[in-house]
Amino acid sequence: MSTIAQASPGGVALQVRDLQKRYGAEKVLQGVSFAVSPGEILVLMGPSGSGKTVLLRHLIGLEEPDAGEIRINGQVVRGAQVLEHYRVAMVFQSAALLNSLTVAENVGLYLIEHRLRSAEEIRRIVSDKLSLVGLAGAEDKFPAQLSGGMRKRVAIARALVMEPQLILYDEPTSELDPLSAEVIAEEILALRDRIGVTSIVVTHDRTLAFRLGDRIGFLSAGRLVAVDVPQRLRQHPDPMLQQFLQALRGPVPQEVES
Amino acid sequence: MFQNLGEMLLLFARVLRAVPFTWRHRHKVFEQFYDIGNASLLMVCTLSLFIGAVVALQTGPVLVDRGLAAALGGIVGVSLCKELAPVMMAILIAGRNGSAMAAEIGSMQVYQEIDALRTLRIDPVHFLVLPRMVALAAALPLLVIISIMVGWFGGALVAAYNDRIAVGFQAFFENLRDVVALEDVVHGLVKSFVFALLVGVICCHQGLATRGGPRGIGRSVTKAVVNSIVLIVISDYILTRLLLS
Repeated sequence: MSTIAQASPGGVALQVRDLQKRYGAEKVLQGVSFAVSPGEILVLMGPSGSGKTVLLRHLIGLEEPDAGEIRINGQVVRGAQVLEHYRVAMVFQSAALLNSLTVAENVGLYLIEHRLRSAEEIRRIVSDKLSLVGLAGAEDKFPAQLSGGMRKRVAIARALVMEPQLILYDEPTSELDPLSAEVIAEEILALRDRIGVTSIVVTHDRTLAFRLGDRIGFLSAGRLVAVDVPQRLRQHPDPMLQQFLQALRGPVPQEVES
Repeated sequence: MFQNLGEMLLLFARVLRAVPFTWRHRHKVFEQFYDIGNASLLMVCTLSLFIGAVVALQTGPVLVDRGLAAALGGIVGVSLCKELAPVMMAILIAGRNGSAMAAEIGSMQVYQEIDALRTLRIDPVHFLVLPRMVALAAALPLLVIISIMVGWFGGALVAAYNDRIAVGFQAFFENLRDVVALEDVVHGLVKSFVFALLVGVICCHQGLATRGGPRGIGRSVTKAVVNSIVLIVISDYILTRLLLS
């Protein structure tokens, strides 16, 4: 039995301490620290180039930090180690579906390649997960035949197949129409409620952030300026954060507060 | 090119370590094998026919003038199986299939598909590189055998029907049979196997090393093909020295 199979179900607790990363002379992460409780949704906001995606890539082991540490359930994990011990999934901004595979093959890829189930079981699981994200019957389509929203939902279904303990969403509603964005937001909330998965959502979309986040973090120039519950974050004194919150769409929507 | 040599050697070592898992990826190997054959067979035959024809056309009149017309079959035979077929087919495969491999893997790298594979704990070397390299290593020697035979036929056609040469089919192939030994064919096959590994490693490495969007993919494809051709020619000399000794 693999280490992964022995991992406990439900969400994990995540602690990030003093994470630092530089590419050449550019400091991309400058001492980022935060913690996420099991089953919590933490939303990370911030301007482009503030280090949000790089932070996610560190959390899933695609990058190694220059300094600092990441702990899951109290255990320090480094690089790809995280994937050996915990079921961590990532929904990429571009969905990152394999274009040469069908939707069913994309969704079932983890199970197929690791031979974790029989072909019949994989078909059933894939069908279940696609139904969950509202894409029943799309098994034989290719990614190129899908809209942006559908591709994102397939990516979520692919993540769900792993029965993840931690899901990282990188701009899950970018380039989507409001209806598709709504479906994705509902799905993120439903997943947390259904399987108690810990979630980290990176987004520029303030409405989405205030709707989803149990807490919201604000990253600027590689520093985590603030992490707080939505109500308190609105009152945070940091001028950059206030500027970001006021920008683009006027005042922060109050109706989502309830 | 040489700054990446270490990375390419490491990739090759990882592919060697992955070889025991080939059976697991057999469907992908067959898919790649079919793609290589399907994409190249017609071009291999056309190219080989004319290579054989040109060798006969260039050497035939010279040999006839010196009363050595009977040696034409052997010259066409040896030059094709030891040198021209392996080198030309390797260059053709680098341009036709190697470039496609670099482009496909490069676009997967740029559009985060390879990162997605890693997050699913799927090793891109097992999933992408191994099937391509095994298929290349199996397909190129086979294509070289086809190329040799078609090339011989092209040489024989010119020898028979060119007025300045006029060496009949029977005389051409009799001489070819006398001169060309099995080890000459093996010599060509060994070369083609090595070239296949070179093309596979270079093109897959370039694909994996792609950075910077569609322009990056274009750069990778160009580098993959150019580096492959340069290394094919350099290694051809080294292999010839080794095999002759």
